[in-house]
Amino acid sequence: MASELLYVTALTLAVSGTATLIASLIGVPLGSRLALRETVGGRAIKVFLYTMYGFPPVLAGLIVYLMLSNDGPLGFLDLLFTPGAMIVAQVLLITPIVMGLTLSAVSEVGPEVKDTAKTLGADERQISRTVLRGARVGVITAVMVGFGRAIAEVGAVIIVGGNIQWHTRVLTTAIVLETRRGNFEYAVVLGAILLVIALSVYLVLSYYQERDRR
Amino acid sequence: MTAIDLSGVSKAYDGNPVLIGVDLAMEEDEILAIIGPSGVGKTTLLRLASGLERPDSGTVAILGTPLTYVNGRDLPLKRHMAFILQKPVAFKETVSENVAYGLKVRDIDDTEDLVAHALEAVGLAEMGDRMATRLSGGEMQRMAFARATVFEPSILLLDEFTANLDPQNVGVLERAVIAYQRERNATVVIVTHNLFQARRISTRTTLLLGGRLVETGPTERIFEEPEDERTRAFVSGEMVF
Repeated sequence: MASELLYVTALTLAVSGTATLIASLIGVPLGSRLALRETVGGRAIKVFLYTMYGFPPVLAGLIVYLMLSNDGPLGFLDLLFTPGAMIVAQVLLITPIVMGLTLSAVSEVGPEVKDTAKTLGADERQISRTVLRGARVGVITAVMVGFGRAIAEVGAVIIVGGNIQWHTRVLTTAIVLETRRGNFEYAVVLGAILLVIALSVYLVLSYYQERDRR
Repeated sequence: MTAIDLSGVSKAYDGNPVLIGVDLAMEEDEILAIIGPSGVGKTTLLRLASGLERPDSGTVAILGTPLTYVNGRDLPLKRHMAFILQKPVAFKETVSENVAYGLKVRDIDDTEDLVAHALEAVGLAEMGDRMATRLSGGEMQRMAFARATVFEPSILLLDEFTANLDPQNVGVLERAVIAYQRERNATVVIVTHNLFQARRISTRTTLLLGGRLVETGPTERIFEEPEDERTRAFVSGEMVF
């Protein structure tokens, strides 16, 4: 049981960590760009992003399932019921969150910082970097919130992953299974591990916030 | 050579004209004070002169070359100047890192001595390692001055640079401005509503009223023998707003 617990925890961290990394690589630059420059259709994109915050995970799971199933357009990838499919579903869910929160964080730095950089001779790239540095805690928060959403997610990963033992079972789907089986003690242990991970995320975040305040 | 030349410059916000056909030459080796009551467009004038904003009509030329406002093309010209905004902001770095900013963006890596010298000039030599966001109002203005002058721009624009400061900080900054201008024969343009300050440190003064320049001339003459009745009323304090 201990080795399975370890496996489930490691897979949870690997799937959600990878999804967060991919979502950050997409969401942070796009969110920053939307905040820093006037973009055609920027307003519509923002409305879409904020709407996607409430995107139902089961719907994301269903969409990814249909895309990756044998009859789907991406069926040839043979990803369904693999950790890869779970990563795709989580990326779909958290990219708008990372992007939207990055957009807010960068926007909040304010035009004064941008103007100050300009008046000191910075070029466009240097200005963007300066604003991003000013928004770093907000950007870290965006990534952490994305990770938190990914790791706590159950609806999408159970649909596309299938909750297969030693293969696609993660902490949340294991909790669902053990609760159904009546193994409440084990389910509570799994829940406690999730909470410890959430606490660790909070500690990392508060460390950066404190450091930024100094 | 004229440092900044504004020719027929007009600017409006939401259809409300702020500047109307302003012609003003900011010359080398002078401290020019732009005076006028609040809300007449002094800050807008400085923002246009710096290239931060584009005029609706007219041209702005820096060191004889008109600004194009095409992305990146004006940067070499703009790097001859620095502009201290009315409410300077600190980057979330140390004081030294803030002051080194203008050097870093110019790819100057050996910044230590230059930063130390700039901080010393404004009495912040001991504060280099402090977080800039924790400075008091006066210290922030002094840091902003060090940050703007460390790369030795030939044109320095200052917008109400001592507003809301105590007399000691005002003194430090005014002395630093005068010393900087004299040592480098720089062009310094100050926007101020403080007539005493304009008189104390500027060599030339211009009065802005209702979006138009009323009178420009040597500071002594503007204050002692103004040619325009509106100038006389403003500098004598008779003009009520």
